[in-house]
Amino acid sequence: MSETPESADDAGAAPDGGDAAAAVDAEAVRHVADLARVRLDDDEVETFVDQFGDILEYFEALDEVPETERTEELVNVMRPDEVEEGLTQEEALSNAEETEDGFFVGPKVS
Amino acid sequence: MAADYNAFITEATIDGADDGPLADKTVAVKDNISTEGIRTTCGSEMLADYVPPYSATVVDRLTDAGATVVGKTNMDEFGMGTTTETSAFGATRNPADPDRVPGGSSGGSAAAVAAGEADIALGSDTGGSVRCPAAFCGVVGIKPTYGLVSRYGLVAYANSLEQIGPIAGTVEEAAAALDAIAGPDPHDGTTRDLTEVDGADPDANYAAAADGDIDGLTVGVPTELFEGADERVVETVEAAIEDLEARGAETTEISLPSVEHAVQAYYVIAMAEASSNLARFDGVRYGNRAESDGNWNESFAESRDEGFGAEVKRRILLGTYALSAGYHDKYYQKAQDARAWVRDDFEEAFADVDVIASPTMPVLPFELGESLDDPLRMYLADANTTPVNLANLPAISVPAGEADGLPVGLQLVGPKFGEETVIRAASAVEDR
Repeated sequence: MSETPESADDAGAAPDGGDAAAAVDAEAVRHVADLARVRLDDDEVETFVDQFGDILEYFEALDEVPETERTEELVNVMRPDEVEEGLTQEEALSNAEETEDGFFVGPKVS
Repeated sequence: MAADYNAFITEATIDGADDGPLADKTVAVKDNISTEGIRTTCGSEMLADYVPPYSATVVDRLTDAGATVVGKTNMDEFGMGTTTETSAFGATRNPADPDRVPGGSSGGSAAAVAAGEADIALGSDTGGSVRCPAAFCGVVGIKPTYGLVSRYGLVAYANSLEQIGPIAGTVEEAAAALDAIAGPDPHDGTTRDLTEVDGADPDANYAAAADGDIDGLTVGVPTELFEGADERVVETVEAAIEDLEARGAETTEISLPSVEHAVQAYYVIAMAEASSNLARFDGVRYGNRAESDGNWNESFAESRDEGFGAEVKRRILLGTYALSAGYHDKYYQKAQDARAWVRDDFEEAFADVDVIASPTMPVLPFELGESLDDPLRMYLADANTTPVNLANLPAISVPAGEADGLPVGLQLVGPKFGEETVIRAASAVEDR
C-alpha cells in the first residue's frame, strides 16, 4: 500500500488520562482494520473486540515502566552510489498477478 | 517420516558445493527464508505461489559450505506464533509426542531435525522462534547476537528483533552451521564486522567452542525467569544447573526486574513493526490478489482478508492501533523504554556473570489445539525468550532432560557477541 497518508491518523478516541480503559469496541476495531486495509467480517470483529480487550489490558502494565535514558548506538550505513547488478525486469515482475509492457498493473484508483 | 509430522511445506533440493565444512550435511530451511526458484510461503496463503528470484545470503553460505538443502519447513504464519499451528499449511506435530505442538514459530525446522529428516535446520528468532521449538522438540537452537547473521532474503516480520539461527541435534553441529552463516553482508546494513566491535572476537570458531570446558565459568540464575514456570520444568532445569556446578562452574542468584515487562514490550514493538512490514502485501507486485471490482483500497483490503490468517490480522491491527495518534506514547514509547531497561539490566548482570541460565520455556509442550483460541495465553509462554531479543543478545537452548516424558530446554544467554561462551556452556550441559 503506497498511498496511505491517513494511516497516521487517530485510531479512535484518544485516552484523556493515564488510566483510560483499554477496552475497544466494534467501531474501533473496524476503524483500525480500515486504516490497515484489512477487510473483516462481523464474526471476526466480534472475536477481536474480546481478544483485544484482554491483550490491551495486559499491555496496560507498561505504565509501570520508568522513563529510561535511551542512547541508541545507531549509525548510518552507506555505500558508494555505484550501479550494481540487481534483479532483471523479468525477475522483478515474475511474481506479479498482472503486468503490461514491463509494468505492474494495480487495481483501479477510484 | 516427514509427512507424519508435517514438518515440510515444500520438499526440494538445492545441491551444495562438493566440499566444505558442511559437506554431506543436509539442511532444512524455514519457509520465510528466500530460496531462488523454490516457493517461499511464510506459512501463509498470501505467498502460497511466491517463488523468489534470489536466495537469502544464509542459504548461499550453507550451500557454499557444502550443505545440501532438502526442503522448506512449516512455520507459524509469517513467524507469528509459538506453536506452528497458525500455518496455512496445517499444524506440525512434535516428534517427541505427536499429540503435542513442536513449538514455534520455527516448528517445522525443529521437528525436521528431531525426526532425523535433516542434520541441520535454519529458523528465525524474533521473540524465541528458534529456541522455543528447539526446547519443545528436544534439540539445540541458537539465537545469534543481533547483527551477527545476515537477514538479506528473510521475509521481515519485526526487523529490529529478528535473527536467523541454526537448529541441530548437537551443540557442535549447530555451532558449525553458525560458523558458516555468520559474518557481515553488504546486503544487510545491520550486520556487523567483528573486527570493528569492541570486545568481540573476529576469529571466533563456534564449533571449536563446544568443548565442555566450563571450569571457573560464572552462571547467573535470575529468580524472575523461574517464578511462575511449571514445577516440572523448574526441577529439570535446576538439576542441569547443579550438574554444571559439579563440573566446575560457579552459580549465583541474580535479579532482572525489568523482564517482568518484556512480553508486553516485545508484543507492542513486534506488532508495530509487523503492521508496517506487512503493508507491502497488497497483491500487486507479489502475493495473493483478490478478484475484486472495488477500487484500490477495497481491492487491497480484500486481497489481505483472503491472504492473511487470524493471528496475522490480529497483530497487524493491534500494531496499527499501538502506533496511531493518541496511543503511540502510551504503548510504543513505553515499550521502547522497557526495551532500554531490559538492555541495561542484562548489561549490569554481565558485569558479574559470564552466562545467564533459565528454562527456555516456562511450560511443557502444549497439546495440539490447546492455546489456539487464547492468544494472550500463547503470548505469555514467551516470557523467558523475549527479553533476549529486546536486548539484542545471543542465547542457546539445549536439552536439559525430560519431565513426564517431554523435552525440557535450558536457555543460556551471553553478552553481545559472546556466542562462544554460551556454546561452551551448552556443550557442558549436553555432556552430562
